[in-house]
Amino acid sequence: MLIDLRQIHKTYNNGQPLHVLKGIDLGIDEGEFVSIMGASGSGKSTLLNILGILDNYDEGEYWLDGNLIKDLSEKEAAHYRNRLIGFVFQSFNLINFKTAVENVELPLYYQGVSRKKRNELAMSYLEHFGLADWATHYPNELSGGQKQRVAIARALITRPRILLADEPTGALDSKTSVEVMNLLTELNRTEKVTIIVVTHESGVANCTDKIIHIKDGIIGETTLNEQHQSSIFGTETIMK
Amino acid sequence: MRFDTDTYREIMDALTRNKRRSFLTGFGIFWGLFMLLFLIGGGNGLKQLLEKNFDGFATNTVIIAANETTKPYKGFKEGRSWNLQYKDIERLKALVPELEVVTPSLPQWGYTATRDEFTASCSAKGVQADYVKVQAPTMKFGRYLNQVDVAHKRKVCVIGERVWKTLFPDGDDPCGAFINVNGIYYQVIGVDVSTSNINLGGNNADEVTIPITVMRDILNSGEVVGMICAVGRQGVNMGDLEGRIRQVVARQHYIAPDDKEAIMMLNMEVMFSIIDNLFRGINFLIWLVGIGTLLAGAIGVSNIMLVVVRERTVEIGIRRAIGATPRDILSQIIFEGITLTIVAGLSGIVFSVLLLNLLEVISQHKAVFQIQFGTAISALLLLMLLGLLAGIAPAYRAMHIKPVDAMRDE
Repeated sequence: MLIDLRQIHKTYNNGQPLHVLKGIDLGIDEGEFVSIMGASGSGKSTLLNILGILDNYDEGEYWLDGNLIKDLSEKEAAHYRNRLIGFVFQSFNLINFKTAVENVELPLYYQGVSRKKRNELAMSYLEHFGLADWATHYPNELSGGQKQRVAIARALITRPRILLADEPTGALDSKTSVEVMNLLTELNRTEKVTIIVVTHESGVANCTDKIIHIKDGIIGETTLNEQHQSSIFGTETIMK
Repeated sequence: MRFDTDTYREIMDALTRNKRRSFLTGFGIFWGLFMLLFLIGGGNGLKQLLEKNFDGFATNTVIIAANETTKPYKGFKEGRSWNLQYKDIERLKALVPELEVVTPSLPQWGYTATRDEFTASCSAKGVQADYVKVQAPTMKFGRYLNQVDVAHKRKVCVIGERVWKTLFPDGDDPCGAFINVNGIYYQVIGVDVSTSNINLGGNNADEVTIPITVMRDILNSGEVVGMICAVGRQGVNMGDLEGRIRQVVARQHYIAPDDKEAIMMLNMEVMFSIIDNLFRGINFLIWLVGIGTLLAGAIGVSNIMLVVVRERTVEIGIRRAIGATPRDILSQIIFEGITLTIVAGLSGIVFSVLLLNLLEVISQHKAVFQIQFGTAISALLLLMLLGLLAGIAPAYRAMHIKPVDAMRDE
């Protein structure tokens, strides 16, 4: 099992203690395409942060690819993030003063890859996503869909085992949302990347193979969704 | 911390793509260094300009002149006139061995020097050859008076710069030519262009200096001496000798020992120390203002960088999320700070050097305003240290930005 969570608890102590995760048990295999659904405040973003080693947890165990992820130093955490995990954010989180290609190659910079090699690799990813013409443009010159594709290219350039997407379509219109979800599906099918999408849109969740519902800090039901028929809003579109 | 071309480019990217921010950050440093160096250079130049006025003048000189007595003594009433005499010189030499030179001067004013159609008003001064030890001349042409001139009562003269320029408008070497000073012809033997503004009987540039023996005959002044200049030996404090000099002169002329006003004594050492103190004060102010400005600049940089780090929280969070270690972030911010400091500091140095050069041109190269190379380098080192210190707090804060902070900031 690639990801194995055992009884994860997390409490925020900002003034009033807030018990966000109340014992999460979750297993995700290599190559799965999973969505985590829940209302706002249900703890789904916290769960994603823990999965991405962006945040630590109080109790339980988190095994990632056979390694116990607990009380890591910042340096080790950075190493795992850099090698194993790619992130896609709702607001793209591209660096504004860097061009598309520079944004894509940034993770390789922190791996110590040479500039030339970085550039070649980044260009090939952008080409693959149909963005070769936009390589030297700055993020504010790109459309939302283009930005998200750049962000996905940046997440993938280190060849991570896991792609964590936090509301990847949150800032996109329905047409581009479909495009982005199709892109993620294709990545999962062809590259066998394990993809975990956090969303509160059922249409987005419907694109994935497995839907994990989270409510008030515990896992509710898990729906297998091989036929992609679970969206009550229809199967052909992503409802906005 | 690794530092290679990649790191360098990363830093330059961050700096050049946020020009306004970088400019604001760097400006404090630029201004601080500029102010410090400009003040140091300007102060030094000013000091040199002022010191030109004392050029060649022996600092340990006491000038003695006679004045009316103010106290009755040994049967003489107060208000009596008296004169210094050649004998006083001999007595001072004999009784105050700490004096290296004791030499008379006979100054006269309101003279006119003419040559052909050219006329210059001037003062005249009769001195001995050893007067050079009191006030060293700067000879542009010819030589100064010597002992033979004095002994043989030669009608020769050394003229000041303005007299020379007026009487010889072509700027020729005047040596050998004759000029008429108040009806008597003297052969010019030298031109003294010393810039000293210490006037013993007249401005140097307007002066005609002749052997004292000649002056004595013209004035028919007998034993009377206008003033006596005494120069102490090296290491002697003239203030300590003043009392004994006074005593020697007073006894001979029946002047009350406590009658300070009867014997006018001008201790040049005191004058010089006043000026020295003045410049010590100015220097202190320069450093106070300069260092203050520089410190304010450094604190400003630290402040702005703190704000900048806050502004860049998302960016730093993103970097952390995609694999930057805290150390990567720390070194980036510190290197950014140092790079900015060096660039801004060098501009400050260049700007102040340029401006000081301009000052030098304006002052017609009469003084060196330019700072020394070593001063500039040590200022830069000081600046780098300040830049590093200024960058530490912001870098430390940046290091503690967690990737989740980037997402929270939305």
